[in-house]
Amino acid sequence: MAEYQNIFTRVQVRGPAHHGVPVPQGPWVREGKPFFSYLLGQFGNAQVGPFYLGTLGLASLLCGFVAIEIIGLNMWASVGWNPILFVRDLPWLALEPPSPAYGLHIPPLAQGGWWLMAGFFLTSSLILWFLRVHRRATQLGLGTHTAWAFASAIWLYLCLGFFRPILLGAWGEAPPFGIFPHLDWTVAFSLRCGNLYYDPFHMLSIVFLYGSVLLFAMHAATILAVSRFGGDKEVEQTIDRGTASERAALFWRWTMGFNATMESIHRWAWWFAVLTPLTGGIGILLTGTVVDDWFLWAVKHGVAPHYAAIYGAIPDPAATQGGK
Amino acid sequence: MAMLSFEKKYRVPGGTLLGGELFDFWVGPFYVGFFGVTTIFFTVLGTALIVWGAALGPTWNIWQIDIAPPDISYGLALAPLAKGGLWQVITVCAIGAFGSWALREVEISRKLGIGLHVPFAFSVAIFAYVTLEVIRPVLMGAWGNGFPYGIMAHLDWVSNTGYNYLNFEYNPAHMIAVTLFFTTTFALSLHGSLVLSAINPAEGEEVKTAEHEDTFFRDFIGYSIGTLGIHRLGLFLALGAGFFSAMCILISGPFWTAGWPSWWSWWLNMPIWSVHT
Repeated sequence: MAEYQNIFTRVQVRGPAHHGVPVPQGPWVREGKPFFSYLLGQFGNAQVGPFYLGTLGLASLLCGFVAIEIIGLNMWASVGWNPILFVRDLPWLALEPPSPAYGLHIPPLAQGGWWLMAGFFLTSSLILWFLRVHRRATQLGLGTHTAWAFASAIWLYLCLGFFRPILLGAWGEAPPFGIFPHLDWTVAFSLRCGNLYYDPFHMLSIVFLYGSVLLFAMHAATILAVSRFGGDKEVEQTIDRGTASERAALFWRWTMGFNATMESIHRWAWWFAVLTPLTGGIGILLTGTVVDDWFLWAVKHGVAPHYAAIYGAIPDPAATQGGK
Repeated sequence: MAMLSFEKKYRVPGGTLLGGELFDFWVGPFYVGFFGVTTIFFTVLGTALIVWGAALGPTWNIWQIDIAPPDISYGLALAPLAKGGLWQVITVCAIGAFGSWALREVEISRKLGIGLHVPFAFSVAIFAYVTLEVIRPVLMGAWGNGFPYGIMAHLDWVSNTGYNYLNFEYNPAHMIAVTLFFTTTFALSLHGSLVLSAINPAEGEEVKTAEHEDTFFRDFIGYSIGTLGIHRLGLFLALGAGFFSAMCILISGPFWTAGWPSWWSWWLNMPIWSVHT
């Protein structure tokens, strides 16, 4: 019963460092001398490095650094450059987007201009990183699946901070930079649109998010369970099926009447993970543009029950306080 | 016979926990076993009770069917069937079915001579369910604190329960759980992508090896965890997401009744800040 479950590597075999499959000659080479970490080796590969920086990687890291500097220095300025207050209040500090009054114009730096600039550099950093992932894969002769999965995450980021504000005509619709402030924004956003839980694309996004976690638990547990038969060698098992693949497939076939294959489980994985931000982005784009209030939308379409009004008519505060 | 080409030689007797050879057989692709029988019993009974609960309710609209737990006033007592008693019996059936399913997975793992990682992982999900429907309601003294069985009804419950604590996203365990959910999905996309990119290279290229996978990740971020390690990491992240989800709701009510934003005042009130401010 208490047989070996392969949670940790019990015997670490240490050969010479692998310097990587050759890449086409260019101005950049792999950086850093590889070294070995005993602790990492208990869980995964012991070897750390080398690393390929490249032009795109350098440009991406520089843009990311500029974005974080803009955000961090604005937060620090917001507490009067007091270093202790900066550390104490950091989770609450924000770099807020411009007020909606500025529309899609470029505001003064202190009124959201810095936010716009940070967004520009962060977006540049992400797109450069996408190009880098694409190029690294191509140069090794691999497929470009990682880059396109990353593109799906960029899509959600752009829907929130770029596409939806443009559709609504104001940068002020975008979320702020900041730890608690972006959580506040999310809750306020959901409340303002009548509870995002009633947004069918939000529902789909959550299904794919939970589904991804379920799939990874199922897949990872299955592979670890058959690792004594070499199940972790997934590429080999795909090309030349061994007893590990057969037992993994039969486990699920006997359990639930259906099984994936060694290759198809990774297609399930890729699609579930990619569809999480893809459907989420659609849900965000529809909110405030096509649908103002998801609860009323759900009642209209018979999804949510109609609750009796027990508190009488409640005036919209935005209509009485001169909001808009 | 619904058998895969290689399946016959794996269909051997043995590995059962209970019932010996009595239920050691297959129906179509499904393995039965003693726990297959108990799974069917609890599933059929529980589903029938859900349908009965729907019939008692005002609607057959699939989104709006709502089988609610008893009113808070019933405390931890049994309620009449139409007033939450059905919810109580359905909960018992659900736990029976989930537990049977996990033990059936143990029997199948033993029969195939593989590790017990899948039933262990599933038991973390069962633990999260039991936390929501049993442990927390018991700690709070009323079954009425469980969530109702219904598509929109359970979303409303999540929403309302969250707003009971003003802003649930300030709950530290919820923060960890959400971070783990996102990280697991992120890691899944990286793992799925890497394997697919090695098996499906560009037109005319040969299928790539684990050396290519390692090289790609070292070029990419300076470290490749490896083909075995990624599955350990994935399981750890996914189970962490489930475990901290259970923790974040377990502490809300039994151990913390104020709004979650104010929980963070311990950080602001630490004596170290007074040195300078």
